[in-house]
Amino acid sequence: MLETAVAAALFVGVLAYALFGGADFGSGFYDLTAGGSRKGAELRTLVDHSIGPVWEANHVWLVYVLVTWWTAFPESFASAMSTLILPLLLALLGIVLRGASFAFRKYAASLAQARLFGAVFATSSVVTPFFFGTVAGAIASGRVPAEGRGDLWTSWLNPTSAFGGVIAVGTCAFLAGCFLTADAARGGQERLAEQLRRRTIGVGMVTGGIVLAALVPLELDAPTLADGLETQAAPLVVASAVAGVATLVLLWRRRFGLARLTAVAAVAAVVSGWGVGQYPWLLVDEVTIADAAGADATLQALLVAVGIAAVVVLPALAYLYRLTQTEAWSRPEH
Amino acid sequence: MAPIDVLLSSTAALAADVLAAATSAAADAEPAGLLPARQQMALSLGWHIVLACFGVAFPAIIFTMHLIGLRRGNEHALTLAQRWAKVSAVLFAIGAVSGTVLSFEMGLLWPGLMGTFGDVLGLPFAFEGLAFFLEAIFLGIYLYGWGRMPPKQHLLMVVPMAVTGVVGTYCVIAVNAWMNVPTGFRIVDGEVTDIEPWAVLFNPAAFWQFLHMWLAAYMVAGFAIAAVYAVGMLRGRRDARHRLGFTVAMAFASVSAVLQPFVGHLLGGRLAEWQPAKLAAFELATETESPSPLRLGGVLIDGEVRYALDIPYLGSLIARNSFTEPVIGLDEFPADTHPPVNITHLSFQVMVGIGTLLALVAVVYWVMRWRGRELTDHRWFLRFMATGGVLSIVAMEAGWIATEVGRQPWIVQDVMRTPEAAGDNPGLWWLLGATTVVYTAMTIGAIVVLRSMARRWRAGEADLPSPYAPDPAGSEDSGTTSMGTVR
Repeated sequence: MLETAVAAALFVGVLAYALFGGADFGSGFYDLTAGGSRKGAELRTLVDHSIGPVWEANHVWLVYVLVTWWTAFPESFASAMSTLILPLLLALLGIVLRGASFAFRKYAASLAQARLFGAVFATSSVVTPFFFGTVAGAIASGRVPAEGRGDLWTSWLNPTSAFGGVIAVGTCAFLAGCFLTADAARGGQERLAEQLRRRTIGVGMVTGGIVLAALVPLELDAPTLADGLETQAAPLVVASAVAGVATLVLLWRRRFGLARLTAVAAVAAVVSGWGVGQYPWLLVDEVTIADAAGADATLQALLVAVGIAAVVVLPALAYLYRLTQTEAWSRPEH
Repeated sequence: MAPIDVLLSSTAALAADVLAAATSAAADAEPAGLLPARQQMALSLGWHIVLACFGVAFPAIIFTMHLIGLRRGNEHALTLAQRWAKVSAVLFAIGAVSGTVLSFEMGLLWPGLMGTFGDVLGLPFAFEGLAFFLEAIFLGIYLYGWGRMPPKQHLLMVVPMAVTGVVGTYCVIAVNAWMNVPTGFRIVDGEVTDIEPWAVLFNPAAFWQFLHMWLAAYMVAGFAIAAVYAVGMLRGRRDARHRLGFTVAMAFASVSAVLQPFVGHLLGGRLAEWQPAKLAAFELATETESPSPLRLGGVLIDGEVRYALDIPYLGSLIARNSFTEPVIGLDEFPADTHPPVNITHLSFQVMVGIGTLLALVAVVYWVMRWRGRELTDHRWFLRFMATGGVLSIVAMEAGWIATEVGRQPWIVQDVMRTPEAAGDNPGLWWLLGATTVVYTAMTIGAIVVLRSMARRWRAGEADLPSPYAPDPAGSEDSGTTSMGTVR
């Protein structure tokens, strides 16, 4: 029970990172495809403005996940880190390059510098979720052993990981598209909102198709997860499809504010589908949540820390998000 | 800021070299991942820790400047506060990502430590994460709040950052203190049991070690910022803004520099009990002498101390608060538990030497100022202060080298040896190579951007619009500056 509560708290972190950190990464897709410097300036300024105040806070969910994992389930953390060292290091490289070049671009002195930093920012934003997706795929398909090190390459270069990676890139871009479209519309940038709306609908259709198509290869490559998706997580699979279609309809009808909510619901359902689908395994087919848990005293203390975080951090985070949606914060900045 | 970054990479590299020397000396039957892991940790931690100092100390310094601006209606103070906030946006961004690198590395480099003790040392990290969360949230609010919030409310947004800096430092240091003085668990038949996570969070070594690092952070940030304005004054920019920037930064640097020797002394006084071998290495005490001398300089060559200046009694007096109590000599510890002596001793003395020098200079500066003489009118003083940032960083890095190398061969004192914590992964050399390249690039990027910001500010640009197009987007409304809308 105790360990399930901690695992749930851990998964809330995974979910929050996938949604909010994911949306920040996804904005890199639109930045990358915004066109030349003159044509893309308006969109890049919007990206900068939208994720600028929030990206560091959203990034901390990752730190939260790592710390909770190694504290609550230390041995599985050690084996996952050593097995998945390559995709994790590539994701880490992406995180470092994304964060640094985003900050550098904002204060770049010349267009040439801004283009260099911008290219690094956008490219690393797009590829980073892919590697995190492969990590999820590796765990979900039972390729990370309970102890020691699994295969360095096949653990994350396999069908489930490939789909995990592509789905991660797609859902990030989809979320970012919904947020950016709403931000552009709220800021009165009609033309930009239209351009983003069309692209987001395209991204959503492709991503939704891939998510549904992935269910087939999962049957063969990740049977335990597939079984979970067809039973306990089936409602979430349905919910993700419904929310995804609803988002596309809302975008089509230019209800951008509402579309953000349904988009978050759709992606949350996809990610939770993975979590619920592989329950009670922590590392699928290898070790359950109960067996992987560390000392009870630590789990209890960790829940205290999570409780404090819920009381202290969440209101602050809500305040930040609310501020970014106000009229004063929607003005172009200096 | 530029000289700091140059130094930052060179000190990190130095730390890596030093640690390499330390490890190759004691290389027998080590896992393949040990040496690259040590180098990697030295590079990434040595790099991050400088930025962490700014993350901890800069908010309070910015708060002070911002408060002066609002309270006294001081235009220069408001300008400086806003510029410092923009500089902190760049520093905090690379600080956040390089800190994330460290969270990954805990598992990647030290699977033996995390697999065995993850649930023992995890709680402080959890609280550190919580503190970092709040810091990141309020950083976003403060940075983007200029001109968008009522001024007083906006100023208050810095306070949580300063507080979480304290909490975060305490938590991270609590883990390091636990490695020095492990507590909160028992080992029965090779299994870790009876874990008390709260005892780890509040372990007895944590408080003084935290205080030592917290002051160090203020010294690094204070002296580094003061150095920037000292350089400006040396180049003839002696306007009110430069004097104000220098004075506020120097105030923070001075208070912490003057307190630091006392805190360091109290911390060191506990070493005789907790880590006697580390103390012996700090003091280059090869054998027990009563009373122990204070040994200035000196290296151990083939078991003989050479080139040292011994001052009688002072070793006992400083390390043991006594005229007779000796510093236990290294010869009383088994040879396979000796830390690499020379690196530990020399780094320790570099730290103490620079720290003492900076404290003295701080005292002299304020005494002279109180007596009506402004030392910033003298080029020799400005030249010294221009190096103050570099010196404080060297002292801080030397302190970390002394305490970390001084704990060897243990990663957890008397419980786990460092080779047991490392993995068997020779591929980590590739990681070290890649990290060196990326961190070098990141250092260059930060220098280029920060220097260009300073250059544009000097040229009179108030806003720094992002140049996303040949004709910068958003330039049409640059008529109202942020400063204009603040009031």
